Amino acid sequence: MFHAILFYSFAAILVVAALGVIFARNPVHAVMFLVLAFFQSAVLWLLAEAEFLAIVLVLVYVGAVMVLFLFVVMMLDVEVEEIRGGYTRYAPLGIVIAGLMVVELAQVIWLRGKEGFAVDGFRPTPEGYSNTEALGSVLYTEHVYAFEIAAVILLLAIVAAISLTMRRRPGLKQQDIASQVAVRAQDRVRIVKMASEKPE
Amino acid sequence: MNLSQISPAAPEITLTLMICVVLLADLFVPQEKRVITFWLSIASLAVTAWVIVVTASSATTLAFDGSYVSDPLSRLMKLCATGIVGVGFLYARDYLQQNDLLKGEYYLLGLFGLLGMMIMMSANSLLTMYLGLETLSLSLYALVAFERESAKAAESAMKYFVLGAIASGALLYGISWVYGVTGTLHFHEIAEVIRQNPGLNDVPLWFGIAFMIVGIAFKFGAVPFHMWLPDVYQGARSPVTLYIATAPKIAALALLFRILVDGLGELHGVWQGMIMVVAVLSLLIGNIVAIAQSNIKRMLGYSAIAHVGFILLAVFTGSETGYAAALFYTLTYIVMAAGAFGMVILLSRQGFEAEAIRDFKGLNARNPWFALMMLFFMFGMAGVPPWVGFIAKLNVINAVLEAGFPGLAVLMVLASVVGAYYYLRVIWYMYFDAPEDRSVFQSQADTRFVLSLNGIAVLALGILPGWLLKLCIDVIGHS
Repeated sequence: MFHAILFYSFAAILVVAALGVIFARNPVHAVMFLVLAFFQSAVLWLLAEAEFLAIVLVLVYVGAVMVLFLFVVMMLDVEVEEIRGGYTRYAPLGIVIAGLMVVELAQVIWLRGKEGFAVDGFRPTPEGYSNTEALGSVLYTEHVYAFEIAAVILLLAIVAAISLTMRRRPGLKQQDIASQVAVRAQDRVRIVKMASEKPE
Repeated sequence: MNLSQISPAAPEITLTLMICVVLLADLFVPQEKRVITFWLSIASLAVTAWVIVVTASSATTLAFDGSYVSDPLSRLMKLCATGIVGVGFLYARDYLQQNDLLKGEYYLLGLFGLLGMMIMMSANSLLTMYLGLETLSLSLYALVAFERESAKAAESAMKYFVLGAIASGALLYGISWVYGVTGTLHFHEIAEVIRQNPGLNDVPLWFGIAFMIVGIAFKFGAVPFHMWLPDVYQGARSPVTLYIATAPKIAALALLFRILVDGLGELHGVWQGMIMVVAVLSLLIGNIVAIAQSNIKRMLGYSAIAHVGFILLAVFTGSETGYAAALFYTLTYIVMAAGAFGMVILLSRQGFEAEAIRDFKGLNARNPWFALMMLFFMFGMAGVPPWVGFIAKLNVINAVLEAGFPGLAVLMVLASVVGAYYYLRVIWYMYFDAPEDRSVFQSQADTRFVLSLNGIAVLALGILPGWLLKLCIDVIGHS
C-alpha cells in the first residue's frame, strides 16, 4: 500500500514535470523540468529495485547530458516566440503519435489481461542481491571483448572528431604561454644610450 | 582470465597497441617530418602481419566466451587485409604529400578501420560483428570527409554517413529479430538452435534475415543498396577511395560468411533467393551504368558493384566450392582494384586529380610501362585470360553451374561481355589516342616498384592460380 502511494505520487510529479517541459515559456525552465522528470524516472526505477538504471540515469542524463543542454540553451539565446510558431504546425503530427502510443499501451494492458499471458507481479529481489554487481560481473567477464571494442570505438570517435574539426584558422590570435613566460626584458624593451640633450 | 584465454586475439591486441603508439608518436612529429608516421604505420602493419603468421595454426579456437573465433579463414582474410592496407598507404604517400594532406589522421583512421575489419573477420557473435562493423564504418566516414576544404568530399561523407547509419539500423533490427527467435548471439549456437528446432524456420526468422541482408548488401554496395558507392568513390580523395575499394570488401565477405553461412547456414534455402535477386541486379546495373561514366573513379565504382554481383552469386550457391570461389574472387579483385586506383593516384599530381577517363589518353606514349600495368588491371577486371580475373570468374561460373543454375551462368557471361566494353575503352584511350597532357609522374621509386609488382601479380596469379585456389578451398574446408 505504502509502495503504491509512493509510486503514484512520484509518477504524478513525473507527468507534471513532463508537461512543464512542453509548456514552460523559458527554455532554461524547460530544461530544469526535464531534469526533474529524469530524476522522478530514476526514483521509479529505484522503487522497482533497478538501482543500476537509476544511477545511470542520474549520472549520465542529469549529470552530463542535461548540463550540456543547459550550456547550449544558454549560449544559443533561443527565441522562444519563434519556436512557439511551430507549435500549432506540428500539433497534428504530435497528436497522431500520441494516439498511436495510447493504442499500443492499451493493447499491452489488454494482452496482459488475457488468458495465457499471466504476468507475474512485481517480485522483490532477494536480500543482498545487487544488479549493479551482477551487471558488472558479466560486463567484465563474458562481454569483456565487446566492452573493449566499445572503448576503442570511443577512442576512434575522438580521433575522427578532432581530425574533422581542429584546424588553424587564419587570423586567429592565440596565446603562446611558454614564450610569454620565457620572455626577457631585452626582448621587449630596447634601451638606447644617447647623449643627453640640452634644451636650447 | 589469464593470458592463454586472450592469446587467440593477439593480432587485434597487437594492432590496438600499435595504433596507440602511432597516435602518441604522431603528436610529437613535426609537420615536415610527417612521413615518420607513415613508416610507423607500415611498421605496425608489418608487426601485425607477423603476429598473424606466427600464431597461425589449422585449428579453430574460440575465445572471450565464444564471441571471438580464430580459424584459418579469419587468419587468411586478416593477412590479406593487412597487406592491402599497407599497399594502399604506400600508394597514398606521395599523393598526400603533394596535396598538403599528409596528416597522421589518414594513417590512424586507416589503422582503426583495419582493426574494425579484423574484429569482423574474427567475430563469432552478432554483437562483436556489429561493433567491428561500426569501428570500420566510423573510420570510413571520417576518411571520406578527411579533406576539410572540399565541399564534394563533405557531401559524399554526409551521404555515406546517413545511408550507412540507416543500413546499420536495418542490420541491428535484423539482429534483434534473430536474437529474439533463437535466444543467442553466438553464431555456432544460433546454428545449433536452428538445427534442433526446425519449427523456428518461420516468418519471424525470415524477417530478421531479410533485414540483415539489407545491411550486408549495403556494406558490399550491392544493388539496390548501392546508391552511396559511386558518389563516395568519386567524392573522396583517390587514396581514400583506394582504401574503401579494397580491404572493406574482404570485411564485407566476412560479414556475409559469418552471419549467413556460420550462423544461418541451415536456412540456406531461405536467404538464397534474396541473395540471388541482389546479385543479379548488381551484375546488370553495375555493368550497364558503368558504360555511361566519364569519370574513372565512378566507373570503377560501378564496376565494383558488378564484381560484387559475382561474389554474391558465388555465395548464393551455398556449396563449399562456391564459398571458396567467392573468397578467391574477393582476394584477387582487391589486388586489381588496388592497382587500378593506384594508377589513378599515380597520374594525379598537385592540384590535379586524374579522375576523368580521358586523362588516360595516350598513356602509352607518356609511359609505356605503366600503360602496360593499367592494361593488366583492366584486362584482369574484364576477365580476359590469362589475367587472374578470368580464373576468378570461371570459378564462380563453375560453382553456379555445379549448383544447377545454367541460366545464371549465361547471364554472368553476358554481363562480363558488356563489362568488357568499358574496360577496353580505357585501354583504347591509352594506346590509340594522343596524350593531352605530358607531365611527368611525381611518385617515388618504391611506389612505382610496388605498383609494378601489383600489376605483375595480376598476371602471375592468372598464370599460376593453383596455390591460392587451393588455399581458399582448404581455408573454407577448415572453417
